[in-house]
Amino acid sequence: MAITRERRSTSFYILAAFFTLFVLFLYGPMLTIFILSFQGENGGLTFPMNGFSFHWFGNLFEQQAVGDFGGSFTRSLKLGLIVMVVTVVVSFMAGLAFRKRFRGDSVIFYLAIASLIVPSILISLGIGLLFNIIEWQPQWFTSALGAHLTWTFPFGLLIMFAVFNRFDPSYEEAARDLGASNWQTIQYVVLPMVGPSLIGVAMFSFTLSYDEFARTLMTAGALNTLPLEIYGMTTNVTTPVLYALGTVTTGFSFLVIGIALGSVMILRRRKGQKA
Amino acid sequence: MAFDTSKRSSYFLITPMAAIFAVFLVIPLLTIVIVSFWDYDEYRILPDFILENYSYLLGSSVTWKIYLNTLKYAALTWVFTLSIGFTVAYFLAFHVRSLTWQIVLFMLCTIPFWTSNIIRMISWIPFLGRNGLLNSALINLGIVDQPLEFLLFSDFAVVLADVHLYTLFMVVPIFNSMMRIDRSLIEAARDAGASGFETLKSVIVPLSKPGIAIGSIFVITVVMGDFITVRLMSGGQSASVGLQISNEIGLLQYPAAAASAVVLLITVLLIVTGLLRLVDIRKEL
Repeated sequence: MAITRERRSTSFYILAAFFTLFVLFLYGPMLTIFILSFQGENGGLTFPMNGFSFHWFGNLFEQQAVGDFGGSFTRSLKLGLIVMVVTVVVSFMAGLAFRKRFRGDSVIFYLAIASLIVPSILISLGIGLLFNIIEWQPQWFTSALGAHLTWTFPFGLLIMFAVFNRFDPSYEEAARDLGASNWQTIQYVVLPMVGPSLIGVAMFSFTLSYDEFARTLMTAGALNTLPLEIYGMTTNVTTPVLYALGTVTTGFSFLVIGIALGSVMILRRRKGQKA
Repeated sequence: MAFDTSKRSSYFLITPMAAIFAVFLVIPLLTIVIVSFWDYDEYRILPDFILENYSYLLGSSVTWKIYLNTLKYAALTWVFTLSIGFTVAYFLAFHVRSLTWQIVLFMLCTIPFWTSNIIRMISWIPFLGRNGLLNSALINLGIVDQPLEFLLFSDFAVVLADVHLYTLFMVVPIFNSMMRIDRSLIEAARDAGASGFETLKSVIVPLSKPGIAIGSIFVITVVMGDFITVRLMSGGQSASVGLQISNEIGLLQYPAAAASAVVLLITVLLIVTGLLRLVDIRKEL
């Protein structure tokens, strides 16, 4: 570093200041609700802080104060995990398929792009109507699951494209020359190499599903997922319990990011040791 | 290709994804198109073939106002996300010199994306509200003597929240395009006597166009279809196309909602087709 250092130009400092402001803009509001969620028992939705307490966090777990936080959180967690597993497996398969041209490959590609740009509320409306017409009851694990997959598959597929475009096929050739079967090649050569990216796909799909609101609106059926519950709260809860909820779910999201980054780092290190 | 497996395996591998898209994307969209021609009363939707849903929608001046309003949100959000996103990406790609720092700062920008959008909108309340931080600060500094009312529950708040939520959609693809620019081109421009600004204008901006186009597609389509930001941040005082659809859904007027949805879909597809002329997405991955 020190060897190649030239003097920084003025534009560097201007841009660095701009970047700092941008980061403040991103994190500032989140920080305020984090602080305000520790508001005292008599405190309100804005500053000043009226003491310091965990009152609102306790409130979170009382049904009458906020509705069904525990139930909706569990549902969102389960749904996110199902979406995650399905997206990782299906995107990986599709990524493998796309390494060769096949009839209809561009149809699938454009469907994925369409899935990304069609407004979420249309997916919600369409699936809701479909279930209405064929008289199926929408459920979070059927219609909402499908709605979420239309959102996570495009991301999964695009990430797999990016991975396989940079993937050197000679490793597979070597494995096959050594007599590995197709499945063994995938298991021992391809999977370890694309593993970190698959963790990326997993994190993407889990958090996209866990936070998804619009696509769940008409597809969740009788039981709310967490974002629907939070949305309901914004219209009828006027205490800092809203912020406590925000702090808890944001903390949970950070935990997920941490786990994902941690596993990528462990995978990388293990690969480094083997090499 | 390395694998000499038959084409059959490609079809086998792609089937799950194709099936999900068929059942949860294609058929629902077709359902919307079909239902947009149906009739309805207070209790149910009735299979039919009528054009009233469209003639009512397109004949109403409210619709045009709502479209204009939505386009205004999209345009303003696009301008701000693009200028902020481009500047941030430019800083990361060309002014941060070590790869480690690039990754760290890039992660710093992306982390909020992984948290709940609704919570991120709510988090503006203590900041912008009547007794919020910004108003108190302005009053304490003597800049205003009355709290500013337009900060929360206004068009300003909607655009601010949109910019807050979606600037990342610009940063990522533009950063990606910039990182692929061959650094020797920049040196060549400098050697040929170009100033920093000229290099930016005639080398970096043109070569970042694919990223700009992809980011724009994301931001514009998201804002065009959005309803929750508009509802929460305008406090119910403004409308957008998505909000109109969600209100019609709330009133169980599904065929009317379907007709609005078809018109919205056509609008979005027209915008995207226009932007796609600037970029070949498949080449960008």
